[in-house]
Amino acid sequence: MSDRVAIVGAGTTPPRPLSPDQSFREMTFAAAARAYEDAGVSHRDIDSFISVCEDFHEGTSITDEYVPDQLGAVLRPVQTIAGDGIQGIATAFMLIRSGIADVVAVEAHAKSSNILRHDEVLAMGLDPVYERPLGVNPHYVAAMEMRRYLHDSGRTDTAVADVVVENRRRALGNPIAPYGAVLTAADVLAAALVSEPLRASMISAYADGAVVLVLASEERAEAALRPVWIRGIGWSSDTSALSMRDWATATYAALATAMAYQMAGIERPADELAFAEVDDTYAHKQLQHLDAARLTAPGGEPLVPVNRSGGSLGMGYCYDASALYRTAEAVRQIRGEAGRNQVPGATTGLVLSWRGVPTQTGGALVLGDH
Amino acid sequence: MTRKIRRRVAVVGAGMSLFMRRALETGRELSYYAAQQALESAGVRLKDIEAVTMATAPDAFDGVHMKGEWLLDGAGGTRKPYLRAYVGGGSGVFSLISGWTLVASGLFDLVLVVAEEKMSSCQPHPQGAFLTIFDHTIERPLGPNLLWIFSLEQQRYMQTYGIRNEDIALVSVKNKRNALDHPAAQVAANLTVADVLASEVVAWPVHRLMVSPVSDGAAAIVLAADSIAQRLTDKPIWVQGVGWALDTSYWGNRDLSYPRYVEVAAKMAYEMAGLTEPRKQIHIAEPYDPFAYKELHHLEGLQLADRGKAPEDLAAGRFDRTGELPTCPSGGLMGVGNPIAAAGLMKVCELFWQLRGEAGARQVPGTPERGVAQAWGDLMQIGTVAVLGVH
Repeated sequence: MSDRVAIVGAGTTPPRPLSPDQSFREMTFAAAARAYEDAGVSHRDIDSFISVCEDFHEGTSITDEYVPDQLGAVLRPVQTIAGDGIQGIATAFMLIRSGIADVVAVEAHAKSSNILRHDEVLAMGLDPVYERPLGVNPHYVAAMEMRRYLHDSGRTDTAVADVVVENRRRALGNPIAPYGAVLTAADVLAAALVSEPLRASMISAYADGAVVLVLASEERAEAALRPVWIRGIGWSSDTSALSMRDWATATYAALATAMAYQMAGIERPADELAFAEVDDTYAHKQLQHLDAARLTAPGGEPLVPVNRSGGSLGMGYCYDASALYRTAEAVRQIRGEAGRNQVPGATTGLVLSWRGVPTQTGGALVLGDH
Repeated sequence: MTRKIRRRVAVVGAGMSLFMRRALETGRELSYYAAQQALESAGVRLKDIEAVTMATAPDAFDGVHMKGEWLLDGAGGTRKPYLRAYVGGGSGVFSLISGWTLVASGLFDLVLVVAEEKMSSCQPHPQGAFLTIFDHTIERPLGPNLLWIFSLEQQRYMQTYGIRNEDIALVSVKNKRNALDHPAAQVAANLTVADVLASEVVAWPVHRLMVSPVSDGAAAIVLAADSIAQRLTDKPIWVQGVGWALDTSYWGNRDLSYPRYVEVAAKMAYEMAGLTEPRKQIHIAEPYDPFAYKELHHLEGLQLADRGKAPEDLAAGRFDRTGELPTCPSGGLMGVGNPIAAAGLMKVCELFWQLRGEAGARQVPGTPERGVAQAWGDLMQIGTVAVLGVH
């Protein structure tokens, strides 16, 4: 019995700022149908199902109630991971490794446009006694972190602006990305301040969308046309308490990537990885996450091509589904299907995710063609 | 499914806080108490734990978004791989399944599983939070709550099989009496069927004493891989089988007289455990009993009683602590209390103590070798089942 697990199918709906014509169920159904088709399976071939969602994003308590029908999962083993998309993939990976399932589907969706006051939902993630009474825009958490990161790393806000310029430009070459744009660093730095030094242009805009991935054991993956292998996976959480954190470094990302690299046998990530899809919910997070993943040169430049998909800045931010969009884009890279944004020889890549403010939870995934 | 389970997993420690109506402690503190006890009983330290799973039901109880993240330092998850698996009221037993997945996959050898609920933060009453579980278009405008829909289900169960409310009230009598021996119990009592039926009707045919209480509390267990478990204890309790199944969201389209999802989950767990005759091979059951009728309903879904016949078995004493198949020897949710996710894991803790012969005054006679714990949740929709045994 093999321990190897592959992603054998990926289905997405193009993320978009508004989706009044589709419910989240219809969006998920569309993504599932595409993923099952891509994997060459029907819903009956899938042994176990995982949905990734959070109550407050859905506006429904116990939101896992509304998962099974659109996945073809009625009366089947279904569980919800109230966590990051990569934690959902990790659960699927472990179900297959345990032997209890051969084929597992992972689903995540975001209907961000249904949320009228994003700031208020974000603020509900803060501690109700110690943190929330400050009553300020919760993006301040990211701004404080950005300030500390720039101070400790010696980077400038122009380096952060360059991330926005590059990712939005790359999005022009990604047919599913809605936020492609040609900008200059000056444009980015001219945007309104949200909480100094964080500017509105440095925050990924919200989007609606759904992603379904199908994972399979080696025995089942051999029948698939284009399996992409999970060579390593890791995830980690640090405290969400603001008073207890290390503001300058993404400890969770360092721990998660270390776990994934170890599993994948990667010792020199810059030499062994061909590309990375890295969380850029806030532009400075991309830099901070690359540091944690040991993919930054001493001069500050990334050592591998990063976020050729456009990242969240280009594709839109879909909460915990963002990790699955990044993963689906990494799958396209390794399959050689990334079109204008294709990295030549993209045989191995990293996906690195983060759950957003105020969490310190992230996941890492090393994918490869063998 | 054609593959074989990769490796064996055992429960090696268990702990729980008091279950109570209104705890002064925060959710983090309750988690800490339970986790600390579980670690101590397993004889390990937090630094030995490689990963943590957390179960806790709706964020709306605490009004905290991403509640799992908020609770993580209380549960010992800081700087560790941490996971919150969530299946509504079924989350407590599912947390064992989630922990089992981590260990059985070979990724981790020693895992802490914590389940916490603090319902008292929700003012004036947590039923308010449950208003938001229903479909926003079809159902919410009707203003339903859980008492309302479960009274429908109980009514359907009684109607289908000709069951009387007296037959169901006996579950409250048994479980609240069993709970008198549980040191953490919230609503233990010595009552008669007449007392139960004399309590006020909250949603006919459900009387107040046929509903579990609103509770705060936490429970925790430690899971270990085969070789580690044998080193840590002489009496590991093995996870022999796990199963879970989620039915359609459209509960209005289902026949509520029988929980098919529990049957599907039970059969998955029994098959993994190699059970062919569950009624003979299972010696203790901890079915989920947030309402009195649910224990009977679930025993039928678990294939431990014939359809519609569980009330007769109960009246005949089959489910007493000294009966042929003791059910809810802990006192269940009706007696110990119902901090939702923690209540499910409390059932797993009870099996751990019963199978090790450590249940004190609650100990069932004989030497039970195998037990089943089950929880249920969402819109009368999910069954989560775990079979534990001494071999």
